[in-house]
Amino acid sequence: MSLGGCALAAVLVTPLVSAALLALLSGYRTTSRLNVLASGLSFAAALVLIARRPLPNDFLFVDDLNVVFIVLNTFVGFTTSIFSASYIRHELETGRLQRSYLRFYHAMYQVMLFGMSLALAAQNVGLMWVAVELATLTTVVMVGIYRTHEALEAAWKYFILGSVGIALALFGTILVYLAAQAVVGEGLPAMSWLILVENAQKFDPALLNLAFVFLMLGYGTKVGLAPLHAWLPDAHAEGPTPISAVLSGLLLNVALYAVLRFKVVMAKNPAAIAPGPLLITLGLGSLLFAAFMLYRRRDIKRLFAYSSIEHMGIIAFAFGMGGPLANFAGLLHMTMHSLTKSAIFFAVGHVAQAKGTQKFADMGGLTVTHPALGWGLVVGVIAIAGVPPMGVFMSEFLVVTSTFSRQPLLAIPLVSGLLLAFGALVLRLQHAVFGAPVGQNHKVEASYAPMLIHLALVLVAGIALPPAIVAWFQNVSRALG
Amino acid sequence: MSGLAFDLAHLFAGLMVLVCFLMLYQDRLYSLLNTFALHAFVLALAVAWQAYIQDAPQLYVTATIALVFKAIVIPVALHRLIRRMDLHREVETVGGIGRTMLVGMALVALSISVMLPVTAAAGTLAREDLAFALSVVLLGLLMMITRRNAVSQVVGFMSLENGLILAATGAKGMPLVVEISVAFSILIAFIVIGIFLFRIRERFDTVDVGALDTFRGDLR
Repeated sequence: MSLGGCALAAVLVTPLVSAALLALLSGYRTTSRLNVLASGLSFAAALVLIARRPLPNDFLFVDDLNVVFIVLNTFVGFTTSIFSASYIRHELETGRLQRSYLRFYHAMYQVMLFGMSLALAAQNVGLMWVAVELATLTTVVMVGIYRTHEALEAAWKYFILGSVGIALALFGTILVYLAAQAVVGEGLPAMSWLILVENAQKFDPALLNLAFVFLMLGYGTKVGLAPLHAWLPDAHAEGPTPISAVLSGLLLNVALYAVLRFKVVMAKNPAAIAPGPLLITLGLGSLLFAAFMLYRRRDIKRLFAYSSIEHMGIIAFAFGMGGPLANFAGLLHMTMHSLTKSAIFFAVGHVAQAKGTQKFADMGGLTVTHPALGWGLVVGVIAIAGVPPMGVFMSEFLVVTSTFSRQPLLAIPLVSGLLLAFGALVLRLQHAVFGAPVGQNHKVEASYAPMLIHLALVLVAGIALPPAIVAWFQNVSRALG
Repeated sequence: MSGLAFDLAHLFAGLMVLVCFLMLYQDRLYSLLNTFALHAFVLALAVAWQAYIQDAPQLYVTATIALVFKAIVIPVALHRLIRRMDLHREVETVGGIGRTMLVGMALVALSISVMLPVTAAAGTLAREDLAFALSVVLLGLLMMITRRNAVSQVVGFMSLENGLILAATGAKGMPLVVEISVAFSILIAFIVIGIFLFRIRERFDTVDVGALDTFRGDLR
């Protein structure tokens, strides 16, 4: 096996093996360290993939597009595991998480990372579907892990809506297979990305159109696009915060990646409907809806959950516009949003522990009582709201300029959505971090490193994006059509 | 021979749609579960028949899963669950059974009118099977929307999934069907075990989702 093949195998096998180990071992120290170690190993293996690619086979492949997400996923998985170690320790000490669930939590964390990497590296649409389902299931269980009334309800809602979404996506997948089967014949090739893209122009356009509607609704539910977003805020708010971080930062991206892949197939067929307008409508809808909803949030994790809906809307909009510049902006925004949003959740997790609540009403003066967390949160929110010089500003700026140059009318709702969201975030932030301290203050031993690394990366990307990355993303955006 | 093959395949697929309607007007949980078992049994027949006419032995695995797991294990487990947790035995519906049936008929008409023209190019077998399968999927969705208890929502989801398996086996030579049906079974097992393990009962007074609507995380 080539070096690339070994690396891909390592990305997939490491989480599986460690999940099995973590399910057997007990004790906080060993398991949380093993969790960090395993996530770190996967990340290291993913880095190798940038330089060395394995040859594609029937089930797995690595290309310019998915390697970006595999590296991003394993990286955020790694930093989140560091955050999770300190977060979970506090939850165990306060008794919010029962000790007996610790094993389960860590094993599920690794299975989830495995599911997401598999979905990204899948060359077969059916395999990708199975992997997305696996990742969804593990997150459902994790959301319900506190076993409170609210957590169970959130998990149930997520489960029902998520499974309906995933079921619709499967129906779409079957239709894509039918369209392909007529051209390339029965069997595995008719489900492989490379062959689908290659032969897409010969597919029956009517069948493809119908398939895309189902896929868009199905995976769109997982992306959290309005009006299919109902599960998202609850799932983010009631689960452990490390899970909120990976949900927002990674799982939404994985679902969007699936949509992107199918969009490329659609774009190759001139007779099929253009996927752009559908994505633009859903994207703008989500952006505006979430921007208004941000104003009514009383719960800090819900606030940032709605902010994720908003950003997924922006990304869907950018890819809907299409063309090299907008696709570039979309890709960049996906990356920046992942890094920033998970950094925010790292801060929010410890803030909620320090304050003993997630309600804004009982929060205040964080910069006075917990300077590192408070200022970390300030920087994170400034970044996510799109203030220069952070990376999110740059990608949003690119989305807006490309809209102005091509569809000036669409820029009006886009910019108003961005401004509305900006206002809401600043308003909420101001209450929570400045002013006189409000509420209780517990001591937390926070791990600041993951948050600082993420924010530093976002800052660097905003000031000077390395030319190598620019060239890489440009290359990918051209392929996205 | 081929005429008979098509006729039987259509008969089974049509039967599944019919049993879906039967499920829509059940108002007791036990009888709903029994009807679901019948649904899964018809699915097993349909899949086995597809395995035979397509000469695809791996589909017999899917048929066996449908028969053993969905027609026997899951209904029995849910029966016990209801008894053990002493749940409400009535199916609470939103908006009356008559109206639901009418909507159901409209959905079947919709799926036939959508699928038939679109799949004209695919073989007759796949074409009509897909129209039936989409009807089953939509009826399953309808059931999930119009039922208030968690158990009947799960049953709705499972019938939806039966429709998907029907579609997947009808698509000739589709790979990974067995894997997908296994993945689905795991998903369902997960949720049934989940209800057991997490003892939803101990938190919620009923597994009635309507009773949970009091919770509105933000606005308290």
